[in-house]
Amino acid sequence: MAGFNKVVNSYEEAMAGLTDNMTVIAGGFGLCGIPENLIAEINRKGTKGLTLVSNNCGVDDFGLGVLLPNRQIKKIIASYVGENAEFERQMMSGELEVELTPQGTLAEKMRAGGAGIPAFFTATGVGTPVAEGKDERQFNGRDYILEEAITGDFAIVKAWKADKYGNLVFRKTARNFNPMAATAGKITVVEVEEIVEPGELDPDQIHTPGIYVNRLIQGTFEKRIEQRTTRPSGE
Amino acid sequence: MGLSREQIAQRVAQELQDGYYVNLGIGIPTLVANYVPKGIEVMLQSENGLLGMGQFPTEEEIDADLINAGKQTVTMATGASIFDSAESFAMVRGGHVDLTVLGAFEVDVNGNIASYMIPGKLIKGMGGAMDLVAGADNIIVTMTHASKHGESKLLTNCSLPLTGKGCIKKVLTDLAFIEIKNGKFHLIERAPGVTVEEIIKLTQGELVVPAVVPEMQF
Repeated sequence: MAGFNKVVNSYEEAMAGLTDNMTVIAGGFGLCGIPENLIAEINRKGTKGLTLVSNNCGVDDFGLGVLLPNRQIKKIIASYVGENAEFERQMMSGELEVELTPQGTLAEKMRAGGAGIPAFFTATGVGTPVAEGKDERQFNGRDYILEEAITGDFAIVKAWKADKYGNLVFRKTARNFNPMAATAGKITVVEVEEIVEPGELDPDQIHTPGIYVNRLIQGTFEKRIEQRTTRPSGE
Repeated sequence: MGLSREQIAQRVAQELQDGYYVNLGIGIPTLVANYVPKGIEVMLQSENGLLGMGQFPTEEEIDADLINAGKQTVTMATGASIFDSAESFAMVRGGHVDLTVLGAFEVDVNGNIASYMIPGKLIKGMGGAMDLVAGADNIIVTMTHASKHGESKLLTNCSLPLTGKGCIKKVLTDLAFIEIKNGKFHLIERAPGVTVEEIIKLTQGELVVPAVVPEMQF
């Protein structure tokens, strides 16, 4: 690796240094924009005791769900986990620790983590189980709770295109949590559909600057669709 | 009798105004998009990062990178914009969304809402609902008035873990349109063919009934 070139040549190299009991932040919403090959590599490595931070936990046989059968995840911080039978079984039996976090709060926790802000106040969750044990304070007559930022030992991200310097462009709603996740990892690993030479991306159109990116790899993607919903042609 | 899911959506749609940015939750709220009154423009916000959600795609248009908050494939309307999840909830939390429509298990006379968890039975998570109810001023809750067993969902106190506290002012059920103020439910309209007595019977929390309760118009 030379200068600002972030490209690595194998998924093994991309996830090198990930060890048991680390915290991993993952981009994606449902199965959209998930770093599917980086997740598969974590599965192949067999790393255990992980704390995962992700909006969802995949489905039984795809996305983060593949880390469940051999118990690689110790704890997950997520907003919605309803699509996964094995997940539900492990959660109900207490094998898997789940910290349900409102979606906007989760996004802001990642953003704050990456931006060096240790905590923030939000009205989201006031008077609900989410507020339990958290500091409360009034501003302008309204109650807010203090939410702490999240950072990860690793962040795993899926983008559409990158240049070799790790400048990223996302595509449509596959952007979702990926830009925040990218800022919040000590080591941020990004997989993309296409890597181009520096200078080929319009600087005005870059969503995530390369400063946040440590490793970059080009992959091929299944992009599984969770709810295939259509209207008839000709309408 | 009461309203069908489509009729609930249709009645909610009458609350839409020209130029509204609207967030529709999963389930009945999603159907509201089918009944936008003629002659007005609304833009639908999908919390996964899309403002200007279009109709479902044709088979040829399907794009795995373009979904809504319910993980369904969608298209983009003309003038749509795409953003990340932090930006999406900045819109929500910052009070920029004009109307939010979402479902619930229970609502009570103090405007509390429970919608995300039934302890020991159903733990799917709150998704964006807690942010939406805390951030929006104008919220309509859609739900059935009572369970299949006739247990009211409009209560003195919510029995399930709350999604938000003191944030709900309007509820549209299969039987009635109800407003919440000063710690009471107020009956505003009744569904066609539904009597005031039926509504009273299935409303556990205190309900204020005016002398005349108009029937909903479609």
